[in-house]
Amino acid sequence: MAKHIFRRVYLWEWPVRLYHWVTALAVVALAATGLMIGAPVAVMSTREAYAGYWFGTVRFVHFAAAYIFTFALVLRLYWMFVGNSHARWSAFIPVGRFGTFFRELWAVIRTDVLQLQKPPLDFVGHNPMAATTYACIFLLSAFQIATGFALYAPMSAAWLPGLFAWVSPLMGGDAGVRLWHHAGTWAFLLFAAVHVYLVLYHDVVESRGELSSMVGGSRFVEHQVEHR
Amino acid sequence: MLTPPTIWEHAALLGHSRRDFLKFCSWLAAAAGLESSQVGQVVHALETKPRLPVVWFHFQECTCCSESFIRSSHPIVSDVILDKISLDYTETLQAAAGHQAEKALHDTMTKYRGQYLMLVEGSIPTGADGAYCCIGGRTALDICQEAAEGAKAIIGWGSCASNGCIQAAKPNPTGATPIHKLITGKPIIKVPGCPPIGEVMAATVVHLLAFDTIPKLDRVGRPLAFYSRRVHDTCYRRPNYDAGLFVESWDDDNARKGYCLYKMGCRGPSTYNACAVTGWNGGTSFPIRSGHGCIGCSEENFWDNGPFYNRLTNFPGFGIEQTADKVGLAAATVTAVGIGAHVALTAARKSGVIGEQERDARQP
Repeated sequence: MAKHIFRRVYLWEWPVRLYHWVTALAVVALAATGLMIGAPVAVMSTREAYAGYWFGTVRFVHFAAAYIFTFALVLRLYWMFVGNSHARWSAFIPVGRFGTFFRELWAVIRTDVLQLQKPPLDFVGHNPMAATTYACIFLLSAFQIATGFALYAPMSAAWLPGLFAWVSPLMGGDAGVRLWHHAGTWAFLLFAAVHVYLVLYHDVVESRGELSSMVGGSRFVEHQVEHR
Repeated sequence: MLTPPTIWEHAALLGHSRRDFLKFCSWLAAAAGLESSQVGQVVHALETKPRLPVVWFHFQECTCCSESFIRSSHPIVSDVILDKISLDYTETLQAAAGHQAEKALHDTMTKYRGQYLMLVEGSIPTGADGAYCCIGGRTALDICQEAAEGAKAIIGWGSCASNGCIQAAKPNPTGATPIHKLITGKPIIKVPGCPPIGEVMAATVVHLLAFDTIPKLDRVGRPLAFYSRRVHDTCYRRPNYDAGLFVESWDDDNARKGYCLYKMGCRGPSTYNACAVTGWNGGTSFPIRSGHGCIGCSEENFWDNGPFYNRLTNFPGFGIEQTADKVGLAAATVTAVGIGAHVALTAARKSGVIGEQERDARQP
Protein backbone atom coordinates (compact mmCIF):
# COMPACT_ATOMS: atom_id res chain seq x y z
CA MET A 1 0.00 0.00 0.00
CA ALA A 2 1.25 3.44 -0.93
CA LYS A 3 2.16 5.62 1.98
CA HIS A 4 0.43 9.00 2.14
CA ILE A 5 2.60 11.77 3.54
CA PHE A 6 0.82 15.03 4.27
CA ARG A 7 2.33 18.39 4.90
CA ARG A 8 0.56 21.37 6.45
CA VAL A 9 0.45 24.60 4.42
CA TYR A 10 -0.75 27.96 5.64
CA LEU A 11 -3.10 29.48 3.07
CA TRP A 12 -5.64 31.87 4.50
CA GLU A 13 -4.37 34.82 6.50
CA TRP A 14 -6.50 36.25 9.26
CA PRO A 15 -8.05 39.13 7.26
CA VAL A 16 -9.21 36.59 4.68
CA ARG A 17 -10.75 34.39 7.36
CA LEU A 18 -12.28 37.39 9.14
CA TYR A 19 -13.77 38.57 5.86
CA HIS A 20 -15.12 35.10 5.16
CA TRP A 21 -16.97 34.66 8.43
CA VAL A 22 -18.19 38.23 8.80
CA THR A 23 -19.51 38.05 5.25
CA ALA A 24 -21.07 34.63 5.84
CA LEU A 25 -22.96 35.89 8.87
CA ALA A 26 -23.89 39.14 7.15
CA VAL A 27 -25.20 37.29 4.08
CA VAL A 28 -27.37 35.05 6.25
CA ALA A 29 -28.77 38.11 8.02
CA LEU A 30 -29.14 40.09 4.79
CA ALA A 31 -30.84 37.27 2.87
CA ALA A 32 -33.23 36.45 5.70
CA THR A 33 -34.23 40.06 6.33
CA GLY A 34 -34.12 40.88 2.61
CA LEU A 35 -36.56 38.14 1.67
CA MET A 36 -38.69 39.24 4.61
CA ILE A 37 -38.69 42.81 3.29
CA GLY A 38 -39.58 41.45 -0.15
CA ALA A 39 -42.53 39.45 1.11
CA PRO A 40 -43.42 40.34 4.70
CA VAL A 41 -45.33 37.72 6.66
CA ALA A 42 -49.01 38.34 7.18
CA VAL A 43 -49.79 39.58 10.66
CA MET A 44 -53.50 39.76 11.28
CA SER A 45 -53.23 41.97 14.32
CA THR A 46 -55.70 44.25 15.96
CA ARG A 47 -52.95 46.32 17.52
CA GLU A 48 -52.60 49.94 16.58
CA ALA A 49 -49.62 50.83 14.43
CA TYR A 50 -47.89 52.79 17.20
CA ALA A 51 -47.72 49.65 19.33
CA GLY A 52 -45.43 47.78 16.96
CA TYR A 53 -42.25 48.27 15.00
CA TRP A 54 -41.18 44.77 13.93
CA PHE A 55 -40.95 45.55 10.25
CA GLY A 56 -38.90 48.64 11.04
CA THR A 57 -36.59 46.41 13.09
CA VAL A 58 -36.24 43.91 10.24
CA ARG A 59 -35.24 46.75 7.95
CA PHE A 60 -32.83 48.12 10.54
CA VAL A 61 -31.08 44.74 10.78
CA HIS A 62 -30.87 44.62 6.98
CA PHE A 63 -29.29 48.07 6.77
CA ALA A 64 -26.90 47.48 9.67
CA ALA A 65 -25.78 44.15 8.21
CA ALA A 66 -25.32 45.89 4.86
CA TYR A 67 -22.81 48.29 6.38
CA ILE A 68 -20.90 45.39 7.98
CA PHE A 69 -20.96 43.47 4.69
CA THR A 70 -19.65 46.54 2.85
CA PHE A 71 -16.75 47.26 5.16
CA ALA A 72 -15.76 43.58 5.29
CA LEU A 73 -15.51 43.72 1.49
CA VAL A 74 -13.45 46.90 1.69
CA LEU A 75 -11.01 45.10 4.03
CA ARG A 76 -10.86 42.16 1.64
CA LEU A 77 -10.22 44.39 -1.36
CA TYR A 78 -7.40 46.08 0.54
CA TRP A 79 -5.94 42.68 1.34
CA MET A 80 -5.98 41.85 -2.37
CA PHE A 81 -3.02 44.20 -2.68
CA VAL A 82 -1.03 43.41 0.46
CA GLY A 83 -1.95 39.79 1.26
CA ASN A 84 -0.21 36.57 0.30
CA SER A 85 -0.40 35.03 -3.18
CA HIS A 86 -3.70 33.25 -2.40
CA ALA A 87 -5.32 36.48 -1.26
CA ARG A 88 -4.01 38.70 -4.03
CA TRP A 89 -6.10 39.98 -6.91
CA SER A 90 -3.91 37.94 -9.26
CA ALA A 91 -5.31 34.76 -7.69
CA PHE A 92 -8.73 35.70 -9.13
CA ILE A 93 -7.79 37.45 -12.35
CA PRO A 94 -5.20 35.24 -14.08
CA VAL A 95 -3.40 38.01 -15.95
CA GLY A 96 -0.63 36.57 -18.10
CA ARG A 97 -1.60 32.93 -17.54
CA PHE A 98 -5.02 32.64 -19.15
CA GLY A 99 -3.93 29.61 -21.21
CA THR A 100 -2.98 27.37 -18.29
CA PHE A 101 -5.82 28.84 -16.25
CA PHE A 102 -8.49 27.70 -18.70
CA ARG A 103 -6.83 24.30 -19.24
CA GLU A 104 -6.84 23.75 -15.48
CA LEU A 105 -10.39 25.08 -15.21
CA TRP A 106 -11.48 22.39 -17.66
CA ALA A 107 -9.57 19.76 -15.65
CA VAL A 108 -11.43 20.82 -12.49
CA ILE A 109 -14.77 20.58 -14.27
CA ARG A 110 -13.87 17.10 -15.58
CA THR A 111 -12.66 15.87 -12.19
CA ASP A 112 -14.92 17.48 -9.60
CA VAL A 113 -18.12 18.26 -11.45
CA LEU A 114 -18.47 15.67 -14.21
CA GLN A 115 -16.29 13.09 -12.42
CA LEU A 116 -14.84 11.85 -15.70
CA GLN A 117 -11.31 11.95 -14.41
CA LYS A 118 -10.04 10.43 -11.22
CA PRO A 119 -8.79 12.51 -8.29
CA PRO A 120 -6.35 13.54 -6.95
CA LEU A 121 -6.23 16.93 -8.50
CA ASP A 122 -4.74 19.36 -6.05
CA PHE A 123 -4.29 23.06 -6.15
CA VAL A 124 -2.73 24.89 -3.26
CA GLY A 125 -5.14 27.76 -2.73
CA HIS A 126 -8.14 28.36 -4.96
CA ASN A 127 -8.59 26.03 -7.89
CA PRO A 128 -9.40 27.86 -11.16
CA MET A 129 -13.12 27.08 -10.84
CA ALA A 130 -13.24 28.49 -7.31
CA ALA A 131 -11.16 31.53 -8.25
CA THR A 132 -13.53 32.34 -11.12
CA THR A 133 -16.57 31.87 -8.92
CA TYR A 134 -15.17 34.08 -6.16
CA ALA A 135 -14.30 36.78 -8.68
CA CYS A 136 -17.97 36.70 -9.72
CA ILE A 137 -19.01 36.83 -6.06
CA PHE A 138 -16.85 39.91 -5.45
CA LEU A 139 -18.55 41.55 -8.43
CA LEU A 140 -21.97 40.44 -7.22
CA SER A 141 -21.18 41.85 -3.76
CA ALA A 142 -20.28 45.18 -5.31
CA PHE A 143 -23.51 45.08 -7.34
CA GLN A 144 -25.61 44.36 -4.24
CA ILE A 145 -23.85 47.15 -2.34
CA ALA A 146 -24.42 49.63 -5.17
CA THR A 147 -28.07 48.75 -5.72
CA GLY A 148 -28.80 48.37 -2.00
CA PHE A 149 -27.35 51.72 -1.05
CA ALA A 150 -29.04 53.30 -4.06
CA LEU A 151 -32.37 52.15 -2.62
CA TYR A 152 -31.32 53.28 0.85
CA ALA A 153 -30.03 56.70 -0.24
CA PRO A 154 -33.36 58.60 -0.25
CA MET A 155 -33.96 57.77 3.41
CA SER A 156 -30.49 58.55 4.61
CA ALA A 157 -28.37 61.64 4.99
CA ALA A 158 -25.16 59.62 5.39
CA TRP A 159 -22.43 60.01 2.81
CA LEU A 160 -21.98 56.34 1.92
CA PRO A 161 -25.51 55.70 0.56
CA GLY A 162 -25.34 59.06 -1.19
CA LEU A 163 -22.36 57.81 -3.18
CA PHE A 164 -24.64 55.34 -4.95
CA ALA A 165 -27.59 57.62 -5.69
CA TRP A 166 -26.57 57.69 -9.37
CA VAL A 167 -27.44 54.00 -9.76
CA SER A 168 -31.19 54.52 -9.64
CA PRO A 169 -31.59 56.78 -12.71
CA LEU A 170 -29.23 54.46 -14.57
CA MET A 171 -31.52 51.48 -13.99
CA GLY A 172 -34.75 53.29 -14.88
CA GLY A 173 -35.87 54.22 -11.39
CA ASP A 174 -36.13 52.47 -8.05
CA ALA A 175 -38.47 49.73 -9.33
CA GLY A 176 -35.75 48.31 -11.58
CA VAL A 177 -33.10 48.61 -8.85
CA ARG A 178 -35.39 46.77 -6.45
CA LEU A 179 -35.93 43.93 -8.92
CA TRP A 180 -32.24 43.38 -9.61
CA HIS A 181 -31.26 43.75 -5.96
CA HIS A 182 -33.80 41.03 -5.21
CA ALA A 183 -32.43 38.83 -7.99
CA GLY A 184 -28.95 39.35 -6.51
CA THR A 185 -30.20 37.86 -3.24
CA TRP A 186 -31.15 34.68 -5.06
CA ALA A 187 -27.78 34.55 -6.76
CA PHE A 188 -26.12 34.71 -3.31
CA LEU A 189 -28.35 31.96 -1.96
CA LEU A 190 -27.59 29.66 -4.89
CA PHE A 191 -23.88 30.36 -4.54
CA ALA A 192 -24.01 29.63 -0.79
CA ALA A 193 -25.69 26.26 -1.37
CA VAL A 194 -23.14 25.13 -3.96
CA HIS A 195 -20.22 26.61 -2.00
CA VAL A 196 -21.06 24.81 1.25
CA TYR A 197 -21.69 21.58 -0.63
CA LEU A 198 -18.38 21.71 -2.49
CA VAL A 199 -16.42 22.40 0.70
CA LEU A 200 -18.02 19.35 2.27
CA TYR A 201 -17.33 17.36 -0.91
CA HIS A 202 -13.65 18.22 -0.92
CA ASP A 203 -13.35 17.58 2.81
CA VAL A 204 -14.99 14.17 2.56
CA VAL A 205 -13.39 12.99 -0.68
CA GLU A 206 -9.86 14.31 -0.21
CA SER A 207 -9.46 14.38 3.59
CA ARG A 208 -7.14 17.37 3.49
CA GLY A 209 -8.91 19.53 6.05
CA GLU A 210 -10.70 21.73 3.54
CA LEU A 211 -13.51 22.52 5.94
CA SER A 212 -11.36 23.60 8.88
CA SER A 213 -8.89 25.55 6.75
CA MET A 214 -11.14 28.60 6.91
CA VAL A 215 -10.91 28.45 10.72
CA GLY A 216 -7.20 27.80 11.33
CA GLY A 217 -5.92 29.03 8.00
CA SER A 218 -4.04 25.90 6.95
CA ARG A 219 -4.78 22.60 5.29
CA PHE A 220 -2.79 19.58 4.17
CA VAL A 221 -1.26 18.72 0.85
CA GLU A 222 0.12 15.36 -0.15
CA HIS A 223 3.85 15.52 -0.14
CA GLN A 224 4.40 14.18 -3.64
CA VAL A 225 2.12 16.78 -5.16
CA GLU A 226 4.09 19.41 -6.94
CA HIS A 227 3.57 22.87 -5.51
CA ARG A 228 2.95 25.93 -7.54
CA MET B 1 -41.92 99.66 -29.64
CA LEU B 2 -43.84 100.17 -26.41
CA THR B 3 -42.40 98.45 -23.37
CA PRO B 4 -44.91 95.82 -22.27
CA PRO B 5 -46.56 96.54 -18.91
CA THR B 6 -45.13 94.76 -15.88
CA ILE B 7 -47.28 92.21 -14.11
CA TRP B 8 -48.20 94.73 -11.41
CA GLU B 9 -49.07 97.38 -13.97
CA HIS B 10 -51.13 94.87 -15.84
CA ALA B 11 -52.98 93.91 -12.67
CA ALA B 12 -53.59 97.57 -11.80
CA LEU B 13 -54.94 98.14 -15.30
CA LEU B 14 -57.43 95.36 -14.69
CA GLY B 15 -58.58 97.16 -11.55
CA HIS B 16 -56.91 95.03 -8.88
CA SER B 17 -55.95 96.86 -5.69
CA ARG B 18 -52.44 96.92 -4.28
CA ARG B 19 -53.70 94.81 -1.40
CA ASP B 20 -55.02 92.14 -3.80
CA PHE B 21 -51.70 92.18 -5.60
CA LEU B 22 -49.74 91.59 -2.38
CA LYS B 23 -52.10 88.81 -1.35
CA PHE B 24 -51.58 87.18 -4.71
CA CYS B 25 -47.80 87.44 -4.32
CA SER B 26 -48.06 85.65 -0.98
CA TRP B 27 -50.09 82.90 -2.62
CA LEU B 28 -47.49 82.48 -5.30
CA ALA B 29 -44.68 82.31 -2.77
CA ALA B 30 -46.52 79.74 -0.71
CA ALA B 31 -47.31 77.66 -3.81
CA ALA B 32 -43.69 77.67 -4.91
CA GLY B 33 -42.67 76.41 -1.50
CA LEU B 34 -40.88 79.60 -0.48
CA GLU B 35 -40.55 80.94 3.02
CA SER B 36 -42.28 84.15 4.07
CA SER B 37 -39.08 86.19 3.97
CA GLN B 38 -38.95 85.62 0.22
CA VAL B 39 -42.35 87.16 -0.48
CA GLY B 40 -40.63 90.50 -0.94
CA GLN B 41 -38.60 89.06 -3.79
CA VAL B 42 -41.74 87.81 -5.46
CA VAL B 43 -43.38 91.24 -5.12
CA HIS B 44 -40.32 92.92 -6.54
CA ALA B 45 -40.15 90.50 -9.46
CA LEU B 46 -43.78 90.98 -10.36
CA GLU B 47 -43.51 94.74 -10.07
CA THR B 48 -40.61 94.97 -12.46
CA LYS B 49 -41.11 92.16 -14.95
CA PRO B 50 -43.40 92.07 -17.94
CA ARG B 51 -45.67 89.10 -18.38
CA LEU B 52 -43.80 85.97 -19.34
CA PRO B 53 -44.57 84.88 -22.90
CA VAL B 54 -45.38 81.19 -22.99
CA VAL B 55 -45.97 78.67 -25.75
CA TRP B 56 -47.51 75.38 -24.74
CA PHE B 57 -47.24 72.46 -27.16
CA HIS B 58 -49.34 69.35 -27.30
CA PHE B 59 -47.72 66.39 -28.97
CA GLN B 60 -48.33 62.68 -28.22
CA GLU B 61 -50.49 63.20 -25.17
CA CYS B 62 -53.97 62.85 -23.74
CA THR B 63 -54.29 66.42 -22.37
CA CYS B 64 -54.52 65.10 -18.81
CA CYS B 65 -51.66 67.47 -17.90
CA SER B 66 -53.67 70.46 -19.13
CA GLU B 67 -56.74 69.15 -17.31
CA SER B 68 -54.72 68.86 -14.13
CA PHE B 69 -53.20 72.31 -14.56
CA ILE B 70 -56.47 74.14 -15.06
CA ARG B 71 -57.76 72.44 -11.92
CA SER B 72 -54.90 73.56 -9.72
CA SER B 73 -56.66 75.42 -6.97
CA HIS B 74 -53.83 77.40 -5.58
CA PRO B 75 -52.70 79.80 -6.94
CA ILE B 76 -55.89 80.35 -8.87
CA VAL B 77 -54.92 79.03 -12.22
CA SER B 78 -56.70 81.67 -14.24
CA ASP B 79 -54.49 84.21 -12.50
CA VAL B 80 -51.28 82.48 -13.42
CA ILE B 81 -52.27 81.38 -16.85
CA LEU B 82 -54.34 84.19 -18.20
CA ASP B 83 -53.21 87.27 -16.30
CA LYS B 84 -49.67 86.78 -15.16
CA ILE B 85 -48.20 84.82 -17.98
CA SER B 86 -48.98 85.46 -21.57
CA LEU B 87 -50.06 82.14 -22.99
CA ASP B 88 -49.57 82.86 -26.65
CA TYR B 89 -50.06 79.43 -28.10
CA THR B 90 -51.72 76.26 -26.84
CA GLU B 91 -53.63 73.97 -29.14
CA THR B 92 -56.35 72.94 -26.75
CA LEU B 93 -57.23 76.25 -25.06
CA GLN B 94 -56.54 78.96 -27.59
CA ALA B 95 -59.35 80.74 -29.40
CA ALA B 96 -57.37 81.00 -32.60
CA ALA B 97 -57.27 78.20 -35.14
CA GLY B 98 -55.52 77.36 -38.37
CA HIS B 99 -53.36 80.12 -39.85
CA GLN B 100 -54.19 82.51 -36.99
CA ALA B 101 -52.85 80.04 -34.44
CA GLU B 102 -49.71 79.37 -36.44
CA LYS B 103 -49.19 83.10 -36.81
CA ALA B 104 -49.52 83.62 -33.04
CA LEU B 105 -46.88 80.97 -32.48
CA HIS B 106 -44.61 82.42 -35.10
CA ASP B 107 -44.99 85.97 -33.73
CA THR B 108 -44.10 84.89 -30.20
CA MET B 109 -41.10 82.94 -31.38
CA THR B 110 -39.70 85.86 -33.36
CA LYS B 111 -40.72 88.79 -31.13
CA TYR B 112 -39.66 87.20 -27.85
CA ARG B 113 -36.76 85.14 -29.10
CA GLY B 114 -34.68 83.99 -26.15
CA GLN B 115 -37.33 85.15 -23.70
CA TYR B 116 -40.31 82.86 -24.02
CA LEU B 117 -40.98 79.80 -21.95
CA MET B 118 -41.69 76.59 -23.82
CA LEU B 119 -43.99 74.06 -22.23
CA VAL B 120 -44.22 70.64 -23.81
CA GLU B 121 -46.99 68.21 -23.13
CA GLY B 122 -46.54 64.80 -24.69
CA SER B 123 -43.71 62.79 -26.12
CA ILE B 124 -42.33 63.15 -29.62
CA PRO B 125 -42.56 60.25 -32.09
CA THR B 126 -39.38 59.61 -34.00
CA GLY B 127 -40.58 56.54 -35.90
CA ALA B 128 -41.63 56.81 -39.59
CA ASP B 129 -39.87 60.19 -39.85
CA GLY B 130 -42.19 61.63 -37.24
CA ALA B 131 -45.35 60.98 -39.27
CA TYR B 132 -47.25 59.82 -36.19
CA CYS B 133 -47.71 63.36 -34.90
CA CYS B 134 -47.99 66.29 -37.29
CA ILE B 135 -49.44 69.74 -36.64
CA GLY B 136 -50.01 72.19 -39.46
CA GLY B 137 -48.22 69.82 -41.82
CA ARG B 138 -45.04 69.70 -39.75
CA THR B 139 -43.77 66.95 -37.53
CA ALA B 140 -43.71 67.31 -33.76
CA LEU B 141 -39.94 66.95 -33.82
CA ASP B 142 -39.55 69.75 -36.34
CA ILE B 143 -41.83 72.12 -34.40
CA CYS B 144 -40.19 71.25 -31.12
CA GLN B 145 -36.68 71.82 -32.38
CA GLU B 146 -37.57 75.14 -33.93
CA ALA B 147 -39.34 76.39 -30.80
CA ALA B 148 -36.60 75.13 -28.49
CA GLU B 149 -34.05 77.13 -30.46
CA GLY B 150 -35.36 80.46 -29.16
CA ALA B 151 -36.79 79.31 -25.82
CA LYS B 152 -35.46 80.61 -22.54
CA ALA B 153 -36.28 77.35 -20.78
CA ILE B 154 -38.33 74.24 -21.44
CA ILE B 155 -40.69 72.49 -19.09
CA GLY B 156 -41.65 68.92 -19.89
CA TRP B 157 -45.16 68.42 -18.57
CA GLY B 158 -46.06 64.97 -17.41
CA SER B 159 -44.53 61.55 -17.85
CA CYS B 160 -44.87 61.71 -21.67
CA ALA B 161 -42.53 64.65 -22.09
CA SER B 162 -40.32 63.54 -19.17
CA ASN B 163 -39.88 59.84 -19.87
CA GLY B 164 -42.18 58.71 -22.66
CA CYS B 165 -45.02 57.32 -20.55
CA ILE B 166 -47.53 54.87 -22.02
CA GLN B 167 -46.82 55.48 -25.70
CA ALA B 168 -43.15 54.65 -25.06
CA ALA B 169 -44.11 51.36 -23.37
CA LYS B 170 -42.77 48.23 -25.02
CA PRO B 171 -42.65 47.82 -27.97
CA ASN B 172 -42.98 51.60 -28.47
CA PRO B 173 -44.39 51.38 -32.01
CA THR B 174 -44.17 55.10 -32.78
CA GLY B 175 -40.69 55.59 -31.32
CA ALA B 176 -42.10 57.95 -28.70
CA THR B 177 -39.20 59.87 -27.16
CA PRO B 178 -39.06 62.24 -24.19
CA ILE B 179 -37.87 65.75 -25.00
CA HIS B 180 -34.60 65.64 -23.07
CA LYS B 181 -33.33 63.02 -25.51
CA LEU B 182 -34.04 65.26 -28.51
CA ILE B 183 -33.26 68.77 -27.33
CA THR B 184 -29.85 69.74 -26.08
CA GLY B 185 -28.36 73.00 -24.89
CA LYS B 186 -31.52 74.31 -23.19
CA PRO B 187 -32.48 74.00 -19.55
CA ILE B 188 -35.19 71.36 -19.32
CA ILE B 189 -37.33 70.95 -16.23
CA LYS B 190 -39.21 67.68 -15.95
CA VAL B 191 -42.50 67.63 -14.13
CA PRO B 192 -43.44 63.95 -14.44
CA GLY B 193 -46.70 62.31 -13.44
CA CYS B 194 -49.68 61.05 -15.36
CA PRO B 195 -50.81 63.73 -14.91
CA PRO B 196 -48.55 65.81 -12.67
CA ILE B 197 -50.20 67.53 -9.73
CA GLY B 198 -51.73 70.83 -10.85
CA GLU B 199 -50.29 72.75 -7.92
CA VAL B 200 -46.83 71.39 -8.67
CA MET B 201 -47.13 72.51 -12.30
CA ALA B 202 -48.33 75.95 -11.29
CA ALA B 203 -45.62 76.31 -8.67
CA THR B 204 -42.92 75.42 -11.20
CA VAL B 205 -44.15 78.15 -13.54
CA VAL B 206 -44.39 80.53 -10.58
CA HIS B 207 -40.78 79.91 -9.68
CA LEU B 208 -39.63 80.76 -13.19
CA LEU B 209 -41.92 83.78 -13.26
CA ALA B 210 -40.84 85.19 -9.92
CA PHE B 211 -37.15 84.42 -9.87
CA ASP B 212 -36.22 84.06 -13.50
CA THR B 213 -34.12 81.05 -12.53
CA ILE B 214 -34.49 77.31 -12.85
CA PRO B 215 -35.68 75.77 -9.57
CA LYS B 216 -33.26 73.40 -7.88
CA LEU B 217 -33.46 70.10 -9.73
CA ASP B 218 -32.60 66.54 -8.80
CA ARG B 219 -30.24 64.38 -10.85
CA VAL B 220 -32.88 63.50 -13.43
CA GLY B 221 -34.12 67.09 -13.77
CA ARG B 222 -37.20 67.23 -11.55
CA PRO B 223 -37.79 70.17 -9.16
CA LEU B 224 -36.43 69.05 -5.79
CA ALA B 225 -39.15 70.91 -3.93
CA PHE B 226 -41.72 68.36 -5.13
CA TYR B 227 -39.79 65.26 -6.22
CA SER B 228 -37.15 64.84 -3.54
CA ARG B 229 -39.15 62.46 -1.39
CA ARG B 230 -40.88 59.21 -2.06
CA VAL B 231 -44.63 58.92 -1.74
CA HIS B 232 -43.84 56.19 0.79
CA ASP B 233 -41.88 58.56 3.05
CA THR B 234 -44.69 61.09 3.24
CA CYS B 235 -47.57 58.61 3.27
CA TYR B 236 -49.97 58.80 6.20
CA ARG B 237 -50.10 54.95 6.20
CA ARG B 238 -46.34 54.73 6.79
CA PRO B 239 -46.65 53.84 10.52
CA ASN B 240 -48.47 50.67 9.47
CA TYR B 241 -45.54 49.74 7.24
CA ASP B 242 -43.05 50.13 10.07
CA ALA B 243 -45.31 48.15 12.38
CA GLY B 244 -45.59 45.38 9.75
CA LEU B 245 -49.32 45.81 9.34
CA PHE B 246 -50.23 45.13 5.72
CA VAL B 247 -53.34 44.74 3.61
CA GLU B 248 -53.27 41.09 2.49
CA SER B 249 -56.17 41.21 0.04
CA TRP B 250 -58.45 43.95 -1.19
CA ASP B 251 -61.42 42.77 0.83
CA ASP B 252 -59.81 41.88 4.14
CA ASP B 253 -60.18 43.53 7.49
CA ASN B 254 -56.73 45.09 7.18
CA ALA B 255 -57.87 46.96 4.08
CA ARG B 256 -60.85 48.28 6.00
CA LYS B 257 -58.54 49.45 8.78
CA GLY B 258 -56.39 51.33 6.30
CA TYR B 259 -53.17 49.34 6.72
CA CYS B 260 -50.18 49.72 4.42
CA LEU B 261 -50.74 48.69 0.76
CA TYR B 262 -47.12 47.55 0.27
CA LYS B 263 -48.03 43.91 -0.37
CA MET B 264 -50.77 44.94 -2.78
CA GLY B 265 -48.14 46.32 -5.11
CA CYS B 266 -48.17 49.94 -3.97
CA ARG B 267 -45.36 51.76 -5.81
CA GLY B 268 -45.03 54.40 -3.10
CA PRO B 269 -41.61 53.05 -2.03
CA SER B 270 -40.16 53.60 -5.50
CA THR B 271 -42.02 56.73 -6.57
CA TYR B 272 -40.83 60.29 -6.10
CA ASN B 273 -43.74 62.70 -6.01
CA ALA B 274 -45.63 65.08 -3.76
CA CYS B 275 -49.04 63.33 -3.86
CA ALA B 276 -49.07 62.48 -0.16
CA VAL B 277 -48.19 66.08 0.73
CA THR B 278 -50.29 68.23 -1.60
CA GLY B 279 -53.05 65.75 -2.37
CA TRP B 280 -55.13 65.94 -5.50
CA ASN B 281 -58.14 68.02 -6.48
CA GLY B 282 -57.40 70.81 -4.08
CA GLY B 283 -56.00 68.48 -1.45
CA THR B 284 -59.12 66.31 -1.34
CA SER B 285 -57.36 62.95 -1.52
CA PHE B 286 -54.72 60.92 -3.30
CA PRO B 287 -54.73 57.29 -4.52
CA ILE B 288 -53.48 55.68 -1.30
CA ARG B 289 -55.93 57.62 0.83
CA SER B 290 -58.65 56.35 -1.50
CA GLY B 291 -57.56 52.78 -0.73
CA HIS B 292 -55.63 51.95 -3.90
CA GLY B 293 -51.86 51.60 -4.12
CA CYS B 294 -49.72 54.08 -5.98
CA ILE B 295 -48.97 52.92 -9.55
CA GLY B 296 -45.82 55.03 -9.77
CA CYS B 297 -47.08 57.12 -12.70
CA SER B 298 -44.33 59.70 -12.29
CA GLU B 299 -41.56 57.11 -12.58
CA GLU B 300 -39.73 56.13 -15.72
CA ASN B 301 -41.12 52.98 -17.42
CA PHE B 302 -43.96 52.74 -14.94
CA TRP B 303 -46.14 51.17 -17.60
CA ASP B 304 -43.65 48.35 -18.19
CA ASN B 305 -42.89 47.88 -14.50
CA GLY B 306 -46.05 45.86 -14.00
CA PRO B 307 -48.11 44.20 -12.78
CA PHE B 308 -49.40 47.03 -10.63
CA TYR B 309 -50.73 44.64 -8.00
CA ASN B 310 -47.48 42.76 -7.37
CA ARG B 311 -44.80 44.30 -5.24
CA LEU B 312 -41.99 43.07 -7.45
CA THR B 313 -42.14 43.63 -11.15
CA ASN B 314 -42.02 40.72 -13.57
CA PHE B 315 -38.65 39.20 -14.15
CA PRO B 316 -37.51 40.02 -17.68
CA GLY B 317 -36.88 37.21 -20.13
CA PHE B 318 -39.14 34.64 -18.50
CA GLY B 319 -42.51 35.59 -19.97
CA ILE B 320 -45.35 37.17 -18.08
CA GLU B 321 -46.22 36.47 -14.45
CA GLN B 322 -42.71 35.31 -13.58
CA THR B 323 -41.46 37.10 -10.52
CA ALA B 324 -37.88 37.03 -9.33
CA ASP B 325 -38.96 34.72 -6.50
CA LYS B 326 -40.46 32.14 -8.87
CA VAL B 327 -37.32 32.18 -11.01
CA GLY B 328 -35.17 32.01 -7.88
CA LEU B 329 -37.08 29.06 -6.46
CA ALA B 330 -36.84 27.18 -9.76
CA ALA B 331 -33.07 27.82 -9.86
CA ALA B 332 -32.76 26.69 -6.24
CA THR B 333 -34.61 23.46 -7.09
CA VAL B 334 -32.33 22.79 -10.04
CA THR B 335 -29.31 23.46 -7.79
CA ALA B 336 -30.60 21.09 -5.11
CA VAL B 337 -31.23 18.34 -7.69
CA GLY B 338 -27.74 18.89 -9.11
CA ILE B 339 -26.13 18.67 -5.68
CA GLY B 340 -28.16 15.54 -4.89
CA ALA B 341 -27.03 13.86 -8.10
CA HIS B 342 -23.43 14.84 -7.39
CA VAL B 343 -23.68 13.44 -3.85
CA ALA B 344 -24.96 10.12 -5.18
CA LEU B 345 -22.22 9.93 -7.81
CA THR B 346 -19.52 10.89 -5.29
CA ALA B 347 -20.75 8.35 -2.73
CA ALA B 348 -20.71 5.56 -5.31
CA ARG B 349 -17.21 6.45 -6.46
CA LYS B 350 -15.88 6.91 -2.94
CA SER B 351 -17.16 3.51 -1.83
CA GLY B 352 -15.44 2.06 -4.89
CA VAL B 353 -12.15 3.72 -3.94
CA ILE B 354 -12.47 2.57 -0.32
CA GLY B 355 -13.13 -1.00 -1.49
CA GLU B 356 -10.07 -0.85 -3.72
CA GLN B 357 -7.85 0.41 -0.90
CA GLU B 358 -9.18 -2.26 1.46
CA ARG B 359 -8.32 -4.95 -1.09
CA ASP B 360 -4.83 -3.44 -1.46
CA ALA B 361 -4.35 -3.44 2.31
CA ARG B 362 -5.36 -7.11 2.65
CA GLN B 363 -2.69 -8.19 0.17
CA PRO B 364 0.51 -9.31 1.89
